[in-house]
Amino acid sequence: MDLSGRTCPLPIQDFPLVVLGHGGGGKLSAELVEHLFLPAFGMDGALGDAAVLQVGEEQLCFSTDSFVVTPLFFPGGNIGELAVNGTINDLAMMGGKPLYLSCGFILEEGFSIEELSRIAQAMGRAAREAGVRLVTGDTKVVERGHGHGVYINTSGIGLIPPGRKVGPGRARPGDAVIVSGPIGNHGMAVMSVREGLEFETTIESDTAALHPLVELLMESPEEIRALRDPTRGGIASALNELAAASHVSIVLEESLIPVDDSVRAACELLGLDPLYVANEGKLLAIVECEKADVIVKKLRSHALGEGACVIGKVVAEHPGLVGMRTTLGATRVVDTQIGEQLPRIC
Amino acid sequence: MKYLSEFRDPKLAGKLLDEIREMVTRPWAVMEVCGGQTHSIIRNGIDQLLPKEVELIHGPGCPVCVTPLDMIDRALEIASKREVIFCSFGDMLRVPGSEKDLFQVRSEGGDVRVVYSPLDALKVARENPDKEVVFFGIGFETTAPANAMAVFQAAQQSLGNFSMLVSHVLVPPALAAIMESPESRVQGFLAAGHVCSVMGYEQYLPLAEKYRVPIVVTGFEPLDLLEGLRRVVRQLEEGRAEVENAYPRAVTRKGNRPANEMLERVFETSDRSWRGIGEIPQSGWRLRTEFADFDAALRFSVSVRTREPSVCRSGEVLQGILKPPQCSAFGKECTPRRPLGATMVSSEGACAAYYLHRRLEEPVPWT
Repeated sequence: MDLSGRTCPLPIQDFPLVVLGHGGGGKLSAELVEHLFLPAFGMDGALGDAAVLQVGEEQLCFSTDSFVVTPLFFPGGNIGELAVNGTINDLAMMGGKPLYLSCGFILEEGFSIEELSRIAQAMGRAAREAGVRLVTGDTKVVERGHGHGVYINTSGIGLIPPGRKVGPGRARPGDAVIVSGPIGNHGMAVMSVREGLEFETTIESDTAALHPLVELLMESPEEIRALRDPTRGGIASALNELAAASHVSIVLEESLIPVDDSVRAACELLGLDPLYVANEGKLLAIVECEKADVIVKKLRSHALGEGACVIGKVVAEHPGLVGMRTTLGATRVVDTQIGEQLPRIC
Repeated sequence: MKYLSEFRDPKLAGKLLDEIREMVTRPWAVMEVCGGQTHSIIRNGIDQLLPKEVELIHGPGCPVCVTPLDMIDRALEIASKREVIFCSFGDMLRVPGSEKDLFQVRSEGGDVRVVYSPLDALKVARENPDKEVVFFGIGFETTAPANAMAVFQAAQQSLGNFSMLVSHVLVPPALAAIMESPESRVQGFLAAGHVCSVMGYEQYLPLAEKYRVPIVVTGFEPLDLLEGLRRVVRQLEEGRAEVENAYPRAVTRKGNRPANEMLERVFETSDRSWRGIGEIPQSGWRLRTEFADFDAALRFSVSVRTREPSVCRSGEVLQGILKPPQCSAFGKECTPRRPLGATMVSSEGACAAYYLHRRLEEPVPWT
């Protein structure tokens, strides 16, 4: 297919300038990728968390992610382990065993060397614990006022062992949807610090490298259809992408979705919906229905998957949509969010 | 969890629904006034569970939706000024003015900040003495006391670089306007719990009497809403038209006295135009002359030319005459991605609630 003559089918003329929502992981981000980047790069097709590359006999996966979180330090971690775990997780969600990472730092003039050291230590620790090596990097400094302390980009390479086939387009009607634990902790941990909100208990980020959980799941790779780590945009956005890529509908059961009390309370206070709040140490798995209970048990045997449970299923009706049966027994649609979630007025 | 899970119990909800089903004998149209209630109803699917005789009409109580377009254009103009730090509640940032929204002003270089309280804006003003800090003071009686307090404190602290763009609206005159409208089918009201927690429910007594309409002060959780509905339906079936308080854990007859004193001190009632509805006499608050120095509308002379999208029918939606899917633009020209009216933007807007949660003709299958 010749893509050289392809132009942007939908000029983004109603947004002549980049708005924050373009980085929010919702519809605006998707439009930017679909209508601006992909045509410009001559690319086409479904995008997973990482690219899968055939190199000789081996299947590799390759991914990159940039980290611009504010604040840099938050309960449960800092930007350093987030940058390492985030890229590891993108590789793991394609069934890959993460091997090597690169890291690029963009530092702001005047940033504290002591804090930078703490961030670097956290990166080293996270990589060691994950059995992954940081092998190459780059540092740039921008003038004071042109950055926010530190931005980090990490890229990673992993190896996909033979026999593993996961991808966003493989969900089938009848499959079960599993989440590995309570949702929304990372987003609310960061937001609580950012907005100076204090709750009875401190909400900690769930940042973690998820490949050990994936390795457990891959003991029987044929049972696993798709994996996602629901980061920006939360499980709602991740499931919408899965539903669209697989041309199926996903139906959630509200009463089954695990949310910690503290996270729920914080969300209520700010008028946010935990379904849309970011996670950094949780995975969603679409699995063969008959095996769902065994898989949940397997996940629960690991500390990272203690709270694993089935939260919904895949159906054929209304392809591309995510629906939910509410606690009261009614139904509703769970849409992708447009840009950022906005705190309510009252 | 305290005050949350108790009010979402599916068993108790089932009991309330059974009671409503047993007592209802004919069709009734009940308006929930507040957008927060609309959102909770649609999100939890309460309207799907009610007997078909009970129809919910969604009211005008979405502060973002009823803020008039010229006021939003004014805000956009002020926010674009180089010397201004413009502070607003998050919801307002995506509400379209005639040309753009506050997010776009921000991407063009405007200093637009989301705050959780007008008092945070005061702090911004203290920290940036060389800047003009403007807070967008919109909303119903719920947000008004904190806004009044911010202006009062700014005056006390002689904070000359702080001002507020005030566009406050009041619930009772809107209910009267709805009952006066020949098109209105409303037979009972769920009054907005949060508004009443500030103002009390005494001011609704004359309305219930004059228009022979039951008004039940109602909260926002599923059980609150079902209890409010149960009481309205019971009154309608028994031919009564009284004010009842179904939200006693937050609302008293007189409301919050210190808050009311602060409101009285800083604001005075004025005529106010509502987006999509038009002018309603004595339905808003403006700053008293004594606080005119802090009125952003006077401090910044901006001229705006407003242009409302002709196809948008949010006015009828806000008056409960039209359900969102009945609008020809709904889900087509008008989506949360490209909203034509504020009702498609705010998390409390009826159109957004329908678009987000209710786009299917038939329910999602769950077997």
